[in-house]
Amino acid sequence: MSQAIELCRAVAFAGSFPLLAGVDLSIGSGEVVLIEGANGAGKTSLLRVLAGLIPVATGSIQVLGYDLLVERRSVRTEVGLVGHQSFLYEDLTAHENLQFWMRRPAVQVIEAALERVGITGRIARTPVARLSTGQRRRAVLALLVARSPRLWLLDEPHAGLDTEGRELLDGLITEAQRSGATVLISSHEIDHVSSFATRTVSMSGGRINSSDGGNSTEDVHDVS
Amino acid sequence: MFRDTLALCRKDLRVEWMTRITSLQVVPFAVVIVVLFGFALGPDPKQLRPAAPGVFWLAVLFSCILGVQRSMSVEMSDGAIDGLRLAGFDPAGIFLGKLLALVGELVGLEVLLSILTAVIFGVTLASFWLLVAATLLATVGLVAVGLLYGVLLASSRVRETLLPLLFFPVISPVLIAGTKVWQAALDRHVSTGIGWLELLGVFGAIYVAIGIVSFGPLLEDA
Repeated sequence: MSQAIELCRAVAFAGSFPLLAGVDLSIGSGEVVLIEGANGAGKTSLLRVLAGLIPVATGSIQVLGYDLLVERRSVRTEVGLVGHQSFLYEDLTAHENLQFWMRRPAVQVIEAALERVGITGRIARTPVARLSTGQRRRAVLALLVARSPRLWLLDEPHAGLDTEGRELLDGLITEAQRSGATVLISSHEIDHVSSFATRTVSMSGGRINSSDGGNSTEDVHDVS
Repeated sequence: MFRDTLALCRKDLRVEWMTRITSLQVVPFAVVIVVLFGFALGPDPKQLRPAAPGVFWLAVLFSCILGVQRSMSVEMSDGAIDGLRLAGFDPAGIFLGKLLALVGELVGLEVLLSILTAVIFGVTLASFWLLVAATLLATVGLVAVGLLYGVLLASSRVRETLLPLLFFPVISPVLIAGTKVWQAALDRHVSTGIGWLELLGVFGAIYVAIGIVSFGPLLEDA
C-alpha cells in the first residue's frame, strides 16, 4: 500500500502558539483513520495542515505525493475538507454554491451530487442561510461527492446530522474508500466511527499519542 | 486567471443581486451624505457650486469603504475564504474578479450620485468623457487599495475600524485628483484635467499591479 500521508516531526504554529508539536504519522492510501482526542488536542489543526491551509514550520510533510513544505497549494484541489465551517456562501443557493466551487461543471454533475445527499427540488434552490444545519451539512457533502477528492478530511462530520444523514455520510465514506480515497475523521463519536475505521490515532497536546490498528480494509466495505 | 476572474465577479454580483446591500443600503447612505452636505453649505449657489466635486468624491469614498467591507465580509463568513483557497482559485483572479464586481457596483452608484449632485449643487455636467474617464480610473484605484487592505486585515478582529484608518490616507491622491478633474470638467477646462486624469490612471495601474502580485501571499495569511 502506498503512503497517502507522511509526517515526520511536523511542527506548526498560529502566530507564536504551537498547533502541532512534532507530529509523526504515516497513513496508507485507502485507509479510514479515526483521529480522537480531547478538545484542543490538535485534531482540527492536523486536518488543516494536511489540507495545505496551515504551513508546517519544521519537520517534513508529504500528502498525496506533494511536499507541502514547497507546494502547499498544489494539494488543495485534491483534498476535500469538511470542517466546523461550511465554506458556503449563505446568500447563494446550494446549487449556485456547487456551481461556483466546481467552476461551472455540467448541470447534471451538480444535480446528481445534490440528489445523492438528498438536497433536491425547492431546497436546492433556497439560499443556504435559510437551510437547517443538517441541510447545510448535506450541501457540503454534495460538494465532496461532486469533487471526488483523493483525500477526505472530515472534522466532526456527524455533527448536526439526523439518523438518515449519518447513514448517508457513512455510506459516502465507504464509497470513497472503495474508490481508493483516503479518509481521516476527527470525531468525538469514537464508538460509531471506530466501528468502520481501519485505524485509530490518538492525539493530545499537538502530538500523536498512539496509533492502533482497527478493522481491516475489507470490514469497512461492509458498513453500508 | 481570466476564468477565475469571471467566476468571482459573477459570484459577487449574484450575492449583491440576492442581498441588495449596495442598492438598499450603500446608495441611500451616499445620497444622505450628498444631501447633508447640501444642507450644511446652505442655499447660496456661490458656495454650493465649487463644493460639488469634493462632496461627490467624499460620498464615493465613504461608499467605497462600505463596499469593500461588505465584499470581504462575504468571504470571511462561514470560512468561505478557506473554500477559495481549497478550490484552487488563482489569487490574482480572485482579486480581479472582486475588483470588477465592486467597480461595477460603484460605477452604478456614481451615475446616480453625479445626477443628484448636479441637481442639489446646481452644476451642469459638462466635458462628459472627462467625467466618465475620471470616475472609472478613480474607482479602479479606490477599489484596488480597498481590497488590498481588506484582505490584509481579513483576520483582524478590529478590521472594521482599522480599514478606514489605513484606507483614507492612502487614497488621498485619488480624492484630490478626482476632485480636480471634476472641477476642470465642470469649468470646461479640459486641458487642466488631463494631468490629473493621468495621475488617476497611474495610481490605479500601480495598485492593480500590486494587487495581482500580492493578493496571493496576503490571502494565505488571511
